[in-house]
Amino acid sequence: MSDYKDYLTRQVMLGKMNRREFLGRAAAAGILASTAGTLFATSAEAQEPKRGGHLKLGLEGAAATDSKDPAKALSQFMFVVGRNWGDMLVESHPTTGAPVPALAESWEPSADASTWTFAIRKGVKFHDGKELTIDDVIKTLQRHTDEKSESGALGVMKSIKEIKADGDKLVLTLTEGNADLPLLLTDYHLIIQPNGGLDAPDAMIGTGPYKVASFEAGVRATFERNADDWRTDRGFVDSVELIAMNDATARIAALSSGQVHFINRVDPKTVNLLKKAPTVEILNTSGRGHYVFIMHANTAPFDNNDLRMALKYSMDRETMVQRILGGYGKVGNDFPINDTYALFPEGIEQRAYDPDKAAFHYKKSGHSGPVLLRTSDVAFPGAVDAAVLYQESAKKAGIEIEVKREPGDGYWTNVWNVQPFSTSYWGGRPTQDQMYSTAYLSTADWNDTRFLRPDFDKILLEARAELDEAKRKDMYRTMAMMVRDEGGLILPMFNDFVNASTKQVKGFVHDIGNDMSNGYVATRVWLDA
Amino acid sequence: MMESGPLTGPVPTDGTADGTHPRSAALSGVPAKPNPADAKGEIDGTFWRRFVFRRPLAALILQRLGLSVGLLFAVSLMIFGGIEALPGDFATTYLGQSATPQAVENIRKDLGLDKPWSERYLSWLGGAVQGDFGTSWASKNSVGEQIGKRLGNSLFLAFFAAIVSVPLAVGLGMLAVQFRNRLPDKIINVVSLAAISLPEFFVGYLLIMFFAVKFGVATFPATVYDSMSFTERLSAIALPVATLVLVVLAHMMRMTRAAILNVMSSAYVETAELKGLGMFRIIARHAAPNAVAPVINVIALNLAYLVVGVVVVEVVFVYPGMGQYMVDAVTVRDMPVVQACGLIFAAFYIFLNMAADIIAILANPRLRHPR
Repeated sequence: MSDYKDYLTRQVMLGKMNRREFLGRAAAAGILASTAGTLFATSAEAQEPKRGGHLKLGLEGAAATDSKDPAKALSQFMFVVGRNWGDMLVESHPTTGAPVPALAESWEPSADASTWTFAIRKGVKFHDGKELTIDDVIKTLQRHTDEKSESGALGVMKSIKEIKADGDKLVLTLTEGNADLPLLLTDYHLIIQPNGGLDAPDAMIGTGPYKVASFEAGVRATFERNADDWRTDRGFVDSVELIAMNDATARIAALSSGQVHFINRVDPKTVNLLKKAPTVEILNTSGRGHYVFIMHANTAPFDNNDLRMALKYSMDRETMVQRILGGYGKVGNDFPINDTYALFPEGIEQRAYDPDKAAFHYKKSGHSGPVLLRTSDVAFPGAVDAAVLYQESAKKAGIEIEVKREPGDGYWTNVWNVQPFSTSYWGGRPTQDQMYSTAYLSTADWNDTRFLRPDFDKILLEARAELDEAKRKDMYRTMAMMVRDEGGLILPMFNDFVNASTKQVKGFVHDIGNDMSNGYVATRVWLDA
Repeated sequence: MMESGPLTGPVPTDGTADGTHPRSAALSGVPAKPNPADAKGEIDGTFWRRFVFRRPLAALILQRLGLSVGLLFAVSLMIFGGIEALPGDFATTYLGQSATPQAVENIRKDLGLDKPWSERYLSWLGGAVQGDFGTSWASKNSVGEQIGKRLGNSLFLAFFAAIVSVPLAVGLGMLAVQFRNRLPDKIINVVSLAAISLPEFFVGYLLIMFFAVKFGVATFPATVYDSMSFTERLSAIALPVATLVLVVLAHMMRMTRAAILNVMSSAYVETAELKGLGMFRIIARHAAPNAVAPVINVIALNLAYLVVGVVVVEVVFVYPGMGQYMVDAVTVRDMPVVQACGLIFAAFYIFLNMAADIIAILANPRLRHPR
């Protein structure tokens, strides 16, 4: 929370935000009005952002095949590119994850949360000088939802039945009530483009803080500051340069020699060495992404809950966090939600490594012979090592795990969601509802644990339309317990996002939303000469 | 044409097994047994034989060009088959873990992936023979335009690595012969063997560590882009060029040394020595031209490597060359890009090998006229 306070404080101090604006934003972020008074008193002492300079970022994840169309953005590199030139209707709060106004100024649900009305911000200009209209917004959302769409946001947008304008307001009608709808609109594919990007999806013209100056897929992208930006609390540097660096050692060399200011994806194995460099700062943010071992709960031998429990108790989570994440992460509890989510069900007992219990359940299951686990390092960094560690800890419980290393190429097509026991990775979702809907609903395409439970589905749909938070939290607790004790998910760890910068970089906001300050790193930091 | 009859008999079929001749015989296999009844075949065969006899070099080049067209065709078929055999198609691999059935279906329909492979191959081939390699499925950019840039970068790097490494390798090889089994020879051997034994990425990391991180004298990363001046580019590629030179040097140097030593034990070199010629003159004037064929072949192979095989060096130094481009395309099964890259790589191998043979023949006239 303190990061966001600093952030808001900066805006106040710069005179970029008046008290009313501040209170509006702070309220949306869940900061109490009483603390806001204190903030105003102390804001003068906070550090003032400096404008100017050329910011260079060395990023992993670019490829020559990257598409400039935000609907098809997939890589980490394109994620940051999109955040630089474009805006969504809604943003998420860096520390609470609550929806925060962006191009939508405010919103209002109907009583059953199935119709939502958004007021669109006025006076916002695209980089080509045209003014943002309600029509641009509607066309954008339509482009991501129609049946010809190739958009990565298609799954998120499935529940939107109708998109229309009511005067200058946007009205979205859903197939069923969804209390979290504004958060769905924070998806990084949903950048508002002129005429929805129907004319020129690749133009990279948006309303963001930086204009694209040059772009070469898989190599480099450069940006100039947008002088007409509708917000003054971002985009502090004059120009930004993103350089594609897919080699981990190259990124570290570039950072420690001062050739770039910021790098992503620091390897946990080398982070302690990098930490010793006097000019470097490690920026780790706890996140929602998790490394998982997934069993198909409807496929023998994993259709036996005792065997699933035995395998869950065989996991030494603490060791995993230390050895695989280098300590940059937190242990998981076999359900895909951690305390960074709103309405996190507290007080669920942490499952620990217990060879005795594992042996007990294993005996009860009546299973014999080795259990085949498929893995590859593309599942998550260190997945093969993690599988071997798991093999060791399970052996102490008398369970034999056979580790089969699969080719990384085609792993997501041929192994994940196909084979009954494999390693995998899940990025977080903006809400609990979305996480469960994506991978634990019986009918979900990505139900990779084959968790087929009508009773679970029923609670999930009820919780979605429930506007009473206490009731909702209770429902999420029930769902978490079901997945934890009966599902096919073994979740040993939530990984931190580990980035690093030179000490010259100031103002980095730790954002639980996603890696690299939720992609906003270049728009939020400044250079201290 | 009237004289063609008498000429056919004696000219070509002496059955020598020397130099380039067997190759031409193989290609002209059909006309070598002319059917008297088929006048056309006889004339063609005769013309070709006369041509082979009078202009062996031109004939060789023509043959090789014809063969390379066939080879490239076969390569394109193999690449296509290879991509088909890989698990998953473009739609599923490009969307990866975030693929939804509907989005996959839309992409497949859009690109015609639902059609049979033969139809897709033929439609690609139809465009390719007219010089249209299509657009990248992933980025929707023209393949020709993108490759032009990447190939230019690769050639730029390969060219500078070659103009440093080839003269250096040949020079050091000669030096090693002159000081055979003495200290300079041993130093050259040990150092070059050490360089060739280290993997290229390790050599790269060592150079980065010392010259970029510790001393801060070299430019890193080696990313080059349009708005860079020529001197900026040169300074950017200094470290990758140094790495490549270290990697290819030893191979060429040792081959030069071995080939010259082999010739040095022959009788005419002994004669030259007895005439009282200086050692370096013997090596340069008498031994080197006779040793050139194997050396040229090794150089050609290394040059081909410098163009097509340096993807690891590209990744380590963040250099936007062809290798990384092709790897990215293979990862998502972007067929038009993979095809175009594969054909260019194959063309380079064919061209460099042909050049090596031709230079070998030019350097050694005995190879030009089969007995």
